[in-house]
Amino acid sequence: MAKLEVADAISRAQTYPHAVLAYVGPDGYPVNIAVDFTGSATGAVVDVGALDPDLRPADGQEVELTFSHIRPQPGVGYDERRYVNLWGPATPTGAGLRVAVRRASGWDEADTPFFEYAERGVPAGRDYLDELGARPRLSGLWTVFLATRLPFLTATVIPVGLGGVVAARDGAFHTLWFVLALVAAIAVHLGLNMANDLFDDANGADAANVTPTPFSGGSRVLQYGLVTRRAMVTGCATLYAVAVGLGLFLAAERGWGLLWIGAVGIVLSLAYSAPPLRLVHRGLGEPVTALGFGPVMALGAYFACTGRWSWQPVLASLPVALLIALVLYVNQIPDRAGDAASGKRTLIVRFSAAQVQTGYAVTVVGAFVCIVAEVVAGVTPAWTLLALATLPLAWRVWNGLRAHYGDPYALMPTMQSNILLHLLTGLLFVLGYVIAVVS
Amino acid sequence: MSDPTPLLPPSVIELLDVALVGELTVVDEAGLPITYPLIPLSDGNVIYLTSSVLFSRKLRHIKANPKVCLSLTDPVAVPVEPFHRATIQGDARVVEEDVHEGWERLLPMWRAKEPVIDFFLKKRFGIPLFFERSVIEITPHRVLWWEDGRASEPARVYELTGVS
Repeated sequence: MAKLEVADAISRAQTYPHAVLAYVGPDGYPVNIAVDFTGSATGAVVDVGALDPDLRPADGQEVELTFSHIRPQPGVGYDERRYVNLWGPATPTGAGLRVAVRRASGWDEADTPFFEYAERGVPAGRDYLDELGARPRLSGLWTVFLATRLPFLTATVIPVGLGGVVAARDGAFHTLWFVLALVAAIAVHLGLNMANDLFDDANGADAANVTPTPFSGGSRVLQYGLVTRRAMVTGCATLYAVAVGLGLFLAAERGWGLLWIGAVGIVLSLAYSAPPLRLVHRGLGEPVTALGFGPVMALGAYFACTGRWSWQPVLASLPVALLIALVLYVNQIPDRAGDAASGKRTLIVRFSAAQVQTGYAVTVVGAFVCIVAEVVAGVTPAWTLLALATLPLAWRVWNGLRAHYGDPYALMPTMQSNILLHLLTGLLFVLGYVIAVVS
Repeated sequence: MSDPTPLLPPSVIELLDVALVGELTVVDEAGLPITYPLIPLSDGNVIYLTSSVLFSRKLRHIKANPKVCLSLTDPVAVPVEPFHRATIQGDARVVEEDVHEGWERLLPMWRAKEPVIDFFLKKRFGIPLFFERSVIEITPHRVLWWEDGRASEPARVYELTGVS
């Protein structure tokens, strides 16, 4: 329950059909009984109707009035949860009472959605568990799944796959080198996700965020006490070590140029949220993401397969680079209040809602124009125009952004569609290359 | 669970069985009442409520002062015909040896009132602290009963004895 202004609370209370009067009886047990009432917000009083003479609080005794509402939903449970609590001294008025309301609290899920309400309780919940000597538990698999944010690996699979098919078009695809490059890229990505959680925990951005969703607000494993910081650091360092080890091996086998690509990738992944650069705090998260999950990964996979440099994978990755930047961009919308509070000044924090929506439109149009322009310029095969089939999905995201910008939970389907937009566009783009190679 | 022979009056058990929400009043550290709407569950002898550790203030209050009161007052949340009202006073204890799974013994009763809980339980990984829960067990001592629901009239009082 949250504290309410008395006048506001009484105004809210007047929408309920009855109240529950509670007081502590002479035997020390609380008594609560249904009562009729009329309230005056301006006078900060509530008049309670007739009471059983045996169930009356003492003159001047502190009482509480509670007003509660739900709407039953057969087969589901109920919704429209809301309640108001008022406290103050009660004085007799004939058969009833007058309560001079001095403080109030309450909750209305229409104002504070249940998931936000629950999230606001996390610090108190952690303290309570600490006192019990208990810790929240999840299976090891679920914990790894959450801590690494495994589903977001599509962001890596697409550009690395693209580097592989561009290499195939050049007649130089090599399965082993490609798979090793993919594993190295996955290790960097998962390590980056864990590093991002560690830094966002350290700077308070995740703790300040009370509207996380499955697509935003970090993994929350640290906030919920599912994983210790030490375990996160160990996991993160292990993943980066795997990436560096594989990178060194690939560089030794395929050419030292790969070392530079890997180094750029790792530096970008750390500079994204680690001090002193903390690029995402400076509104540079999107370009860094586009670079890392576009040209860097595509070129890395291409180089691992072919052992040489080329502009082809860099240019081919531009559409998916723009789309993955938009995944970050949209997923930061629900985080904006927490990000702003912790000094993480992302583009979403810096822009107005209208600017964010315009920015999305311009960039997504840019991605699709890029797909066409590259075919026209002869950079990519004509079959990559298959990727234009996802245009309706982009339209859906655009409409979702306009309709649900201010509601993190209503925005969830839009965030999901936006992730699908990157994934499906990328897959169709890769498929276009595959068709061009085999035909 | 408690003794299988119900000692609460059958009419009160009927209310508890259908009540989607009851009002639990506890006594805070200042000695003042504070009321929480919660789903009441019962086996006829003992009333059970569960509370996530996310909303643990009531648990602290009960541990400090176990005297509590639960009312069933809302015709919408307690759909019985004809409508009655009841207030149940008793002593509560907080059971939390295993906040991760201990409360799950009440799941069949909870599910009967709020079937959607199974959906959320499957997504437990997304809201893990919500499902770290304490159980509040109320041993009732006294019931105030309003046959016609008019609580302004004198209540019929049941003094309960022998409840363990």
